[in-house]
Amino acid sequence: MEQTRELLINMGPQHPSTHGVLRVLVKLDGETITWAEPDIGYLHRCFEKLSESKTYTQVIPYTDRTDYLSAITNEHAFCLAVEKLMGIEVPERAEYIRVMMAELQRICSHLLGLGAMALDLGAVTGFLYAWRDREKIYSLFERITGGRMLYNYLRIGGVRNDLPEGIIGTPKDGRDKADKTIWGFINYFESYVLPEWDDLLTNNRIFQWRTQGVAPLPSEVAIAYGASGPVLRASGVKWDLRKNVPYSIYDRFEFDIPVGKENGDCFDRWVVRVEEMRQSARIVKQALQWLAENPGDYIAPKLPRVLKPPKGEVYIRYEGSRGEVGVHLVSDGSANPYKVKWRSPCFTHLQLLPVLAPGHKLADMIAIIGSIDIVLGEVDR
Amino acid sequence: MSLADLWAQHWFRAFVTGSLVLVFALGNFYITLWLERKESAWIQNRLGPMRAGPQGLLQVLADLFKLLQKEDIVPRNVDRILFLIAPFIAHIPALLIFLVVPFGPNMVVADYDIGIIMIAAVTSYAVIATFIAGWGSNNKYSLLGAMRGAAQMISYEVTLVMSVIGVVMMAGSLKLSDIVLAQAERGVLGWYLFPQFIGFIVYLIASLAELNRAPFDLMEAESELVAGYHTEYSGFRFAIFLLVEYVHMIAWSAIAATLFLGGWVGPTPADIPVIGPKLFGWMTGPVWDNVWGFFWFLFKTYLLIFILIWIRWTFPRVRIDQLMDLGWKFLLPVSLFNIFLTGVMKYGWNVLAESGSPLRWIFWLWR
Repeated sequence: MEQTRELLINMGPQHPSTHGVLRVLVKLDGETITWAEPDIGYLHRCFEKLSESKTYTQVIPYTDRTDYLSAITNEHAFCLAVEKLMGIEVPERAEYIRVMMAELQRICSHLLGLGAMALDLGAVTGFLYAWRDREKIYSLFERITGGRMLYNYLRIGGVRNDLPEGIIGTPKDGRDKADKTIWGFINYFESYVLPEWDDLLTNNRIFQWRTQGVAPLPSEVAIAYGASGPVLRASGVKWDLRKNVPYSIYDRFEFDIPVGKENGDCFDRWVVRVEEMRQSARIVKQALQWLAENPGDYIAPKLPRVLKPPKGEVYIRYEGSRGEVGVHLVSDGSANPYKVKWRSPCFTHLQLLPVLAPGHKLADMIAIIGSIDIVLGEVDR
Repeated sequence: MSLADLWAQHWFRAFVTGSLVLVFALGNFYITLWLERKESAWIQNRLGPMRAGPQGLLQVLADLFKLLQKEDIVPRNVDRILFLIAPFIAHIPALLIFLVVPFGPNMVVADYDIGIIMIAAVTSYAVIATFIAGWGSNNKYSLLGAMRGAAQMISYEVTLVMSVIGVVMMAGSLKLSDIVLAQAERGVLGWYLFPQFIGFIVYLIASLAELNRAPFDLMEAESELVAGYHTEYSGFRFAIFLLVEYVHMIAWSAIAATLFLGGWVGPTPADIPVIGPKLFGWMTGPVWDNVWGFFWFLFKTYLLIFILIWIRWTFPRVRIDQLMDLGWKFLLPVSLFNIFLTGVMKYGWNVLAESGSPLRWIFWLWR
């Protein structure tokens, strides 16, 4: 009897849509995926082992490089872990700066995530618009931290330096100051960028065709697979560590948790990210108000040059841009951490791929990869 | 033998006009390629090529020269003959379309009575080249691209021809120059764009699919299939595929301009009221008619090219099953409805035109 044969396709590691160096093995029946398996490890840099030979302060720049698109949130997670281990009190102003930076970073990271998904779906222009706006955040970050992508800005107990003069700006700053003051950026972002995303893609019929109903993820499956962050929320689970298990000073801010529907598809994951950027902008605005009203120069406590936390271990859950970042830190009392275990949300999300992909078309594969928004640097560490 | 005698010879005329068409196609390929890069840059907040020549005009030259210099790589496991000839097969239908396109009054290489059927016949074998390239490359991505291409181009061929039939019904001729003349008689509002608006939209969408341009560029979707059917090609063979893509685009725009926008019909400076005849009266006569005809033809063609590029850089890509649904379940019924509508309206006008009834103005557009 004549039968169709399955076609085994090897997507990557040098494939244009695999966001770095991911290799996905796909079996196709015609154009329909019957089986998919990600193959990772091409970007493994021994982050966890390397950390064991560094002092606690020296690990911070390495955390930047795990999820390199969301560096501040990683630094924040690691600093929180060390601070919890040592019982360090962080100055209030430093807390506000940290939160503000983390939320700006979240906007920046989501922008690229959405832009890359748009690019994969064929909308090159959306991707370049994302770069244009990221560029503005980067110029702000460059003035604040000195770095554009990998900052090494947070310190254990505080931040490295206060905000430079005039970077906060005033709530009246408009589009012309988008890359000069944070207020300018936020106003530009809310009044111009977000409506533009809605017009160009979210409300675009072709875009909706491509994403709605593609790869629905039931909430119980999402929970069973340990999904977190936007992927979990898009499946209708109202779970955000910033609200549910508040850390740092997130309990002082007012913001909502956007959730998708019960069976979150690619479109829900997209919409949740767009909404999250809106909420992050709200948090940044509140932080900016506080920072403008409470000037000060106490941004880091005095600590010994070489930190030696007491023996013990600590686990920190942190709502990173892509999901729950977990830091498990074990100290043996010496200057170097005994063990740093990094829970990577992207790694967890990537194992959803074999669950989501079968039954969909090859073209949906890239929509799925785009919608779970992986960063290979974090998957492999 | 004088030039006039030589001109009377068939072989000489064929040689000259054929060469002119080739020059037209290649020259506009160059401009369109540049325009694509510039226009995408304008849309995306970039400058585009700026360094090579004024406004980057020489950039295309540099790129093409680079491609021509490259080593002609033929991978080991390909079907050698098919792999080698595919680009050349591909570029023939793209160029053949220009044979029947009227560039101006009396400026057409071969004014066939069955011009539109000839176009449909010629373009439908572009798909063969695509499939040869994809199959011969012995690459899974190429094969998938070629399969998609075959399915897509064959499906949309039907829709494309159906969308044009309305125009044929109105003009009563398959000859492209007749269609232009029929539109010239009807004035600007009589261009078939207006009575055949449905047909025009269907034609635009279907030709995007036929040309494999975004949002229907499935067979070379770079984020899915790397480069689709021409993944394995490099150097000048790749350049020829590039050329084919753009020449095709120009050809389709030219046909759309001819069928829907009145081809070379357009006002000349001598038509300006009051001052026109006085100042530009000398701009009449057969030569100037040709010049202005050619100008309007080019203008309308580039207007359509501009729209095609604009669409490409705005929309995401559709999926193969959605593309098929769109073609068979939506565009084809709509174009059939357009044929029905045109028939009804034309009949209505024929019946009522002489009657003086006010109802006849409903049918006036389809007169």
